[in-house]
Amino acid sequence: MHLIELQDIFKTYHLGEVDVPVLKGISLNVELGELVALMGASGSGKSTLMNILGCLDHPSSGTYRLDGEEVSQLSPDGRALLRNHKIGFVFQGFNLLPRTSALENVVMPLSYSNENLTERAGRQRGTELLERVGLGDRMHHEPSQLSGGQQQRVAIARALVNRPRLLFADEPTGNLDSKTSKEILEMFQRLNREEGLTIILVTHDAGIAQYARRTVRISDGLIVADAAGGAS
Amino acid sequence: MSKVYRTFRMALHALRRNVMRAILTTLGIIIGVAAVIAMMEIGNGSSSAIQSTIASMGANNLLVMPGTAASGGISFGAGSTMTLSPQDSEAILRECPAVRNAAPVVRARTQIVAGNRNWVPMYIYGTTPDFLAVREWTELAAGETFTDRDVRNGSKVCLLGQTIARNLFADESPLGKEVRVKNVAFTVIGVLAGKGANMMGMDQDDILLAPWTTIKYRVSGSSATVANQSAAASSANAVNSLDQLYPSSQTSLYPVPSDTEAADTPLPVRFTNVDQILLAAQTSAEIPAAIAQVSALLHERHHLREGEADDFSIRDMTEMMKALSSTSDLMKTLLLVVALISLIVGGVGIMNIMLVSVTERTHEIGLRMAVGARARDILRQFLIEAVILCLAGGAFGIVVGRLCSYLVTKFLHWPTLTSLTAIVAAVAVSASVGIIFGFYPAWKASRLDPIEALRYE
Repeated sequence: MHLIELQDIFKTYHLGEVDVPVLKGISLNVELGELVALMGASGSGKSTLMNILGCLDHPSSGTYRLDGEEVSQLSPDGRALLRNHKIGFVFQGFNLLPRTSALENVVMPLSYSNENLTERAGRQRGTELLERVGLGDRMHHEPSQLSGGQQQRVAIARALVNRPRLLFADEPTGNLDSKTSKEILEMFQRLNREEGLTIILVTHDAGIAQYARRTVRISDGLIVADAAGGAS
Repeated sequence: MSKVYRTFRMALHALRRNVMRAILTTLGIIIGVAAVIAMMEIGNGSSSAIQSTIASMGANNLLVMPGTAASGGISFGAGSTMTLSPQDSEAILRECPAVRNAAPVVRARTQIVAGNRNWVPMYIYGTTPDFLAVREWTELAAGETFTDRDVRNGSKVCLLGQTIARNLFADESPLGKEVRVKNVAFTVIGVLAGKGANMMGMDQDDILLAPWTTIKYRVSGSSATVANQSAAASSANAVNSLDQLYPSSQTSLYPVPSDTEAADTPLPVRFTNVDQILLAAQTSAEIPAAIAQVSALLHERHHLREGEADDFSIRDMTEMMKALSSTSDLMKTLLLVVALISLIVGGVGIMNIMLVSVTERTHEIGLRMAVGARARDILRQFLIEAVILCLAGGAFGIVVGRLCSYLVTKFLHWPTLTSLTAIVAAVAVSASVGIIFGFYPAWKASRLDPIEALRYE
């Protein structure tokens, strides 16, 4: 069974009288444990595809099976629950809550989970994750006291706190220098290799796509290339 | 449970992130609630001050009059039977819990003389020292009041009202001087404080108070003579030419007894009666209870059978009571309106800031939604923030309001009265203001699209 199974996904935005087709029939399978780079120039539809894959949006037509479950027609609340349980997000702009400690940021998604962890257990899990991304000594620092790379690592820890199967990284290194970018990307590789986490890297940079084992190129709303490649 | 706790903590945390703004927002509610509390307390204070002023005008007073005597279809008017006794007065005070004070009154109307001046007072009242307590008139301008002992002894002492003191003694102090009432010499032992005119424009200071025993036995002789004094006066008028045809005094059928004979054989008196009994109820609210209790007691004491007509009547100061209740009603309505306005203003302030906060935190809302917050989670978070702001404002407002009313009492000497109702109402209202005015911004936040919100800069 595939983790992600897209079939004939169309997405059309209605801007007033004009219909703007963004995705024009995308079919894609992603297996559990893959590290995939989703590449495309801006305006190619890769962000829209990521929003649909990440259950932030629903397609205009087509079917999307995530972990065997049809999710394209879920209600907003249903999608929220799904995002909480199965999907982690890492954004270009880190999106940490200001004036909130790293640990608080990491455990924040737990408050929307159905898991009903106790306060102590939640903090325990947050602490472990921060240690795993190498921030054990910066647990109580606020985002303004952390460097870009450290902030992104907090964001990764936050994405993992609900133990998702799938991690989306949207231009995760866009705001970082090349050295820190490399560290972050290597961390993704390590997570993929050691924990079997499925990761989808969304980027326009071929250099970053090198870190993935499979690259999917999108242009003008269609998949134009899907090839194994890059570093392992 | 832990979810509510988490949301609560999250809200507190969010507020801590912008302390200054939270304080400024709360200020609206603080001022609103403080205004409500201070207004209610000052209002309550002045309301009760006004009520006690009106009460001192006699609003709490009840007058028990004897019933109407009638003979062969001819009525003699109100108060013409002799059914009330001084013991009734004592029994009322003893057995009616709604009655604060009771005083029997014996009236006379005659000339009084001091030195070379004379005067006819509006009121010559024979009573007990309790009379002054009933009328809330215990402050004397000079001297002291007579005592229960004076009443028992029938002492020839009296208190003068301001008007009489002025007319008989001008600038001199009347204390210790002698005043003759129908040739009985009274020693003036006190002068009453000025009370002015009553609601009918009658001068209440035109009064002479003495023990009722003295007036009853030494001045009036019997209550009936009071009614007949005008007849007695006109019989003395020899100028009336009709006097011969229609003699106003009856021809005596029996030889007039000499003074010695009269002293030897006093007229048998069945019981002593008084002209009226003046009562004060505990509070104006207890007036109906007092009327019921006094009525029941007098029924029993006068051995009135079921269905038999009352031999007494009780009157209250309905007009004054109306003035009293309408004054306090008006006051309360006015304060309620002011309170509502200031709280609504505070609520609008909260709504305003929460809307700004939602816009400013669009990005955060987007993020929360991306990691799995549902619309209702966002709604709850913002609602709880608003309610926390309002409740904190309410708590501070109570403290500030109490402080204000304390300062007002201390420095302006206005009367204030702590109002528990005001405090409870202020807290309840500030919480509801938080929910009502916090709902729209919270609802707006919950309706955001996560993708749009994440993209928002």
